[in-house]
Amino acid sequence: MQYKSQAVAKPYFIAAIALFTGQILFGLIMGLQYVIGDFLFPYIPFNVARMVHTNLLIVWLLFGFMGAAYYMIPEECETELFSPKLALAMFWIFLVAGALTIVGYLTVPYATLAKLTGNDILATMGREFLEQPLLTKIGIVVVALAFLFNLTMTMLKGRKTSISLVLMLGLWGLAIFFLFSFYNPHNLVLDKFFWWWVVHLWVEGVWELILGALLAFVLIKVTGVDREVIEKWLYVIITLTLITGIIGTGHHYFWIGTPEYWQWWGSIFSALEPIPFFAMTVFAFNMVNRRRRDHPNKAATLWALGTGVMSFLGAGVWGFLHTLAPVNYYTHGTQVTAAHGHMAFYGAYAMVVLCIISYAMPILRGRAANSNKAQVMEMWSFWLMTVAMVFITLFLTAAGILQVWLQRFSDTPISFMAAQDQISLFYWMREWAGVMFLVGLLVYIASFFVKGETKAAA
Amino acid sequence: MSGTFTKSMARNIFYGGSVFFALLFLALSFDTMKELPKRDNRANLTEAVINGKKLWEVNNCIGCHSLLGEGAYFAPELGNVYPRRGPEFIKAWIQAQPTGAPGRRQMPNFGFTDKELDDLVEFLKYSSEINTANWPPNIEG
Repeated sequence: MQYKSQAVAKPYFIAAIALFTGQILFGLIMGLQYVIGDFLFPYIPFNVARMVHTNLLIVWLLFGFMGAAYYMIPEECETELFSPKLALAMFWIFLVAGALTIVGYLTVPYATLAKLTGNDILATMGREFLEQPLLTKIGIVVVALAFLFNLTMTMLKGRKTSISLVLMLGLWGLAIFFLFSFYNPHNLVLDKFFWWWVVHLWVEGVWELILGALLAFVLIKVTGVDREVIEKWLYVIITLTLITGIIGTGHHYFWIGTPEYWQWWGSIFSALEPIPFFAMTVFAFNMVNRRRRDHPNKAATLWALGTGVMSFLGAGVWGFLHTLAPVNYYTHGTQVTAAHGHMAFYGAYAMVVLCIISYAMPILRGRAANSNKAQVMEMWSFWLMTVAMVFITLFLTAAGILQVWLQRFSDTPISFMAAQDQISLFYWMREWAGVMFLVGLLVYIASFFVKGETKAAA
Repeated sequence: MSGTFTKSMARNIFYGGSVFFALLFLALSFDTMKELPKRDNRANLTEAVINGKKLWEVNNCIGCHSLLGEGAYFAPELGNVYPRRGPEFIKAWIQAQPTGAPGRRQMPNFGFTDKELDDLVEFLKYSSEINTANWPPNIEG
């Protein structure tokens, strides 16, 4: 570790992995409820499990992004963090607020939670992914502002690299677009229109800047390729991201009451959205092929290559699959969407966070890389989780295509629930793939406890 | 990438391109705001609809159902449930939950009052009258 204050990243990474585990457990509960409808009812109804599953995903990725930023910014800026104390305080505030929110979801009926937490003052709850109580939302803003202040101050007193600039741009964008979560008009169409300014402009906009910056940082470290080359690639990739992704928001404006010209804007621009992901894959492989050093951390390199490939498949290919308006007319809101969501989030965001953790965690623990034994185990977990996710996606895609056929495309369409019964085989297979994912995750966690011979950190 | 294409050129294209497309997006959004009154059924945003939307939200209906195709995919699409089932069926159905049928997906009972049920139905009626470019493809949602 080059700078003492980088150590604040460690609790963030540990929390991220712990919450990730919670996310997967609730995913398995939901997967089972798809086939055994009354499983855990009325204790954990599906909507509660789903809220926990998706909110934990968001929160653990945010922990991962914050940890990554606290690790990267001092090293990039060649100076100690402005205030490590503030960073640690924010860690505990965020963790406690997040934990209380989850406990609230699980122990109190949602309507009661809304009443208790001031939803009558400003109604923001009950919208997908933005279910958090008002107090939690305010907490997120406070933590984000303190975090951004801390890092911006660090950057101002140090070296300004392109990677740190792009990372900060992404993080500021993340905080700014979150503010639209406080806008909840009575008009459903307006509500949906601006809801996407949080959701789409996060995951298909500013988060990709964060993704690019994290990947570029790890690639510089593990390949030793010249910074100028890597940063040039980074700019090209994020240019492609934003010129396709911003107007690409239009692919959510096909059927929610918005004007029909969005079918053209949305289809054309979002059809181009795979390009930046493809560029990212080429970038990762190109840099690793041109490496000037053999970094002892092979696992981190594997995650870097993996996130390129899987984000291209999940976000790029599976996104394209249903993004053209005439196709989306049939697939909108089916298991095809779920298939895409799973692989895209895993490939782009889960994997890049696991990549930076894989690179940084050994250094935070005082060694350049983990022992060979530990790395082999980590790479096993990479393959188990990644292959499991490929299967989850394939089974959900099969379920989705059948669902579309039975319920939407047929001359004699059958009802939603009748169609669900017909495709339950694929839900069973998805659940088993989910179990495989959990096994991979357990192997991943175990790899942190494997000893063996290591070299001291440089 | 050849040597003539430098990092600062890439950076300038990034800033220029992003700003251009962000402005284009804002212009399209602005136009959408002008077009929406013709499509979004705002004339029927009564007190009952507004209250119905709030009930929809604070009971996290979107956690299982989809509305205009967005939400969860565990339970039926409700953007067109009003024409599909009609008001009386919807109210009776909500009140009859949970069915308790073994192995079937269960919906909680939310203990709505008669007025709350009416408001929810009004919200679903309003939602079904939004111009969604003929989506969903058929009445099954």
